[in-house]
Amino acid sequence: MKTLRQAKIGDKVRVVKLHGEGAVKRRIMDMGITKGVEITVRKVAPLGDPIEISIRGYELSIRKADAEMIEIE
Amino acid sequence: MNIRIALVGNPNSGKTTLFNSLTGSNQFVGNWPGVTVEKKEGKLKRRQDVTVTDLPGIYSLSPYTLEEVISRNYLINERPDAILNIVDGSNLERNLYLTTQLTELGIPVVVAVNMMDIVEKNGDKINTNELSRQLGCQVVEISALKGKGIAEAAEAAIFAAQNTKTVPMHTFSGPVEHALAHIEEAALHDLPENSQRWYAIKIFERDKKVLESLSIAPEVLEHIEQDIKNVENELDDDAESIITNERYVYISSIIKGCCKKKNPGGLSVSDKIDKVVTNRFAALPIFAAVMFLVYFISVTTIGTWATDWTNDGLFGDGWHLFGIGSGEYSDDMTEYAKSNIWTDELKAAVSSAVDADIVGAEDIMTAIEEEDFDAFDESYASYSDALAEGGYDISGIVDGAMENAPDTADYGVWVPGIPVLAERGLSAANAPDWLNSLIIDGIIGGVGDVLGFVPQMLVLFILLAFLESCGYMARIAFVMDRIFRKFGLSGKSFIPMLIGTGCGVPGVMASRTIENERDRRMTIMTTTFIPCGAKIPIIGLVAAALFGNAWWVAPSAYFIGVAAIVISGIILKKTKLFSGDPAPFVMELPAYHWPTFGNIMRSMWERGYSFIRKAGTIILLSSIVIWATSCFGVIDGRFVFDSEMELESSILGIIGGVVSYIFIPLGFGNIKATIATVMGLVAKEEVVGVFGVLDFESMTQLAAYSFLIFNLLCAPCFAAIGAIKREMNSAKWTWFAIGYQCLFAYTISLIVYQLGNLFTGNGNVIGSIVAFALVVFMMFMLFRPAKKPEMKKATH
Repeated sequence: MKTLRQAKIGDKVRVVKLHGEGAVKRRIMDMGITKGVEITVRKVAPLGDPIEISIRGYELSIRKADAEMIEIE
Repeated sequence: MNIRIALVGNPNSGKTTLFNSLTGSNQFVGNWPGVTVEKKEGKLKRRQDVTVTDLPGIYSLSPYTLEEVISRNYLINERPDAILNIVDGSNLERNLYLTTQLTELGIPVVVAVNMMDIVEKNGDKINTNELSRQLGCQVVEISALKGKGIAEAAEAAIFAAQNTKTVPMHTFSGPVEHALAHIEEAALHDLPENSQRWYAIKIFERDKKVLESLSIAPEVLEHIEQDIKNVENELDDDAESIITNERYVYISSIIKGCCKKKNPGGLSVSDKIDKVVTNRFAALPIFAAVMFLVYFISVTTIGTWATDWTNDGLFGDGWHLFGIGSGEYSDDMTEYAKSNIWTDELKAAVSSAVDADIVGAEDIMTAIEEEDFDAFDESYASYSDALAEGGYDISGIVDGAMENAPDTADYGVWVPGIPVLAERGLSAANAPDWLNSLIIDGIIGGVGDVLGFVPQMLVLFILLAFLESCGYMARIAFVMDRIFRKFGLSGKSFIPMLIGTGCGVPGVMASRTIENERDRRMTIMTTTFIPCGAKIPIIGLVAAALFGNAWWVAPSAYFIGVAAIVISGIILKKTKLFSGDPAPFVMELPAYHWPTFGNIMRSMWERGYSFIRKAGTIILLSSIVIWATSCFGVIDGRFVFDSEMELESSILGIIGGVVSYIFIPLGFGNIKATIATVMGLVAKEEVVGVFGVLDFESMTQLAAYSFLIFNLLCAPCFAAIGAIKREMNSAKWTWFAIGYQCLFAYTISLIVYQLGNLFTGNGNVIGSIVAFALVVFMMFMLFRPAKKPEMKKATH
């Protein structure tokens, strides 16, 4: 299974499935990361975490630990 | 009839700007009951019968974050007459997600598409008529920043409140709709028709908060649960995700019909700025530069000038209007001092005091050598008592010479300070001694000390408002997150702590920028561990009195402060109070934009004013109590008042004598050290005023260091406690913070003193055992596994 954590800077990926449950999953989905959406990985923070992604026309910062819950193609 | 309109929208959608233009200066700022979230209300301009409530910026109406729960409770329980939903036109897709939830509430909704000027500049097009048809509510175009369309949006909301109904147009997929219909029929037919759909969707999502409020019969619930399970099996996902997913699918479909993007995927100006600002290599240097600038402006330069003016001018002797005449006056004073004050006799006394290592003698000598009267005046005011105590009394010479010195009033326009004016008024009215002392020393002295911080705070608040509204604050969290989350703090906690090195009061108030309530509380509790400006004299005194001005004393104080934050962060985040709420750090990085002057000034004023109001209550009261206990006392068996009373005979001294026993294990269980610590609550520099050099010299180095640690880490001054109360918005949390700080200070001081004694061969058996036990306890608290957060439970 490939997750968003493994995506490289500049990659354009499509979300297949969201793992996890409850508040964490709901929050990620509320921000627009849902099945089928396209994500561009923009950059990694200077200290290596979190990462910045581009989704539905805006920029979002997400920790690598949470990115692991997002399965991509 | 009074009309109530709720303003709802995503963070960074321009909601604050719109609220300000709708209400003007007609605002009331407070907090939502019992939480640290800000609540704003205001009357619509020129329409006193319309109240606008600004709800917290939210992305959704989920039951998981505090802001969202506050918002939905308000919408469901108070049922405003209309919702004005502001959406960012340049980020329509995610903004409309909240809109689809609002339209289900059964409250009339008007959507205001903001930032239309940016949308047009980008060459994009939004078909608002089509959007209105698809959403089932009126849509208006506005530009909050340029003030366009504001009146129309307000009119539309008032019209909607009186005349229309909003019926949600979006539908979910077949199986979901089927289940929703079942739920409405089985459990909700008693509720008003227009709110049934919202409740049905929440029941379908298994929203615990809604289920609790409805108290549905168990057998009905079981039946519904079966329906939900069937849908979940059919669509292979959990119910909550199905709903969220289908909302976004619906939005994507309507966006296609209403929105035309001219050039998708191109780099905007904001993207280009961000490429540099959060660049892997440049981000940290840029961050350091920005922080230096904030500190430099708010603490060292403008902040200090402003604070000096308030302390020495407004709440001191007075000041020269516009500074005219100040320069001449100090030149003339220097000339005068050279021939009249700095006599050979005085120089000889000061120089032997320098040889005897009296604190401050060095500073006075330098001022004389450099022929700087202002510096001399300042050092003399701080240290003349220390010199007199050491047997080098120079006050006779200085006071005698000052009588014929040039008068400040002869230079420019001299405006007397408040204490001077009050004193004149009081003596004109023949006020009794105690009243004089109460007003001058108690009230003006106490509150003046605290208000002295206000100008500095206002400067800081301007900078913070700028950083927040231009979008850089979110980047700070992005850059610093990795370090701070280890201690249960947010990347944004850096700013309160940095400002805290200058003064804890604005430091604590700067925590307002942290959005997660748990991080915010943790930051409020730990910020004052950092030695502030007023604690530097204590450090200086201890270093001078017992450590021969050793270079390491001051850095060690800062090290202890930082260590206290780290240790407290790790310990507290594992406690029950701070666990739970596993909200992930998923944060929007808003586009950079230039903030408006009006918004920045308003934000500065709101924060500053809320502190000033606190100064008028809590701080005033505490100042009076401390004043009274230090001026009333028992001399020769009689209860008397004396404004110049020796502290040992005052009520404060008597209480200090009783309390002092608890400091014996820390090595400074004497009355004077205890009183000094209590007076530190008024202002930390008071510790030095009470506890002279001679008092220190009777202590061992270890005891003095333990005294230093305790005073650095224990409860901050009243002003900072006031700020903590303001930000926590809860008596319980305020007491918890203060209690924790004192307990932590006590523990660390005890460990240092007792173990220090043990290692230097003066160990006390019981003391060492207790110290070791405390070390073990702290290690346990530090390294025990974190409590597993309860996954589905929210904080409130």
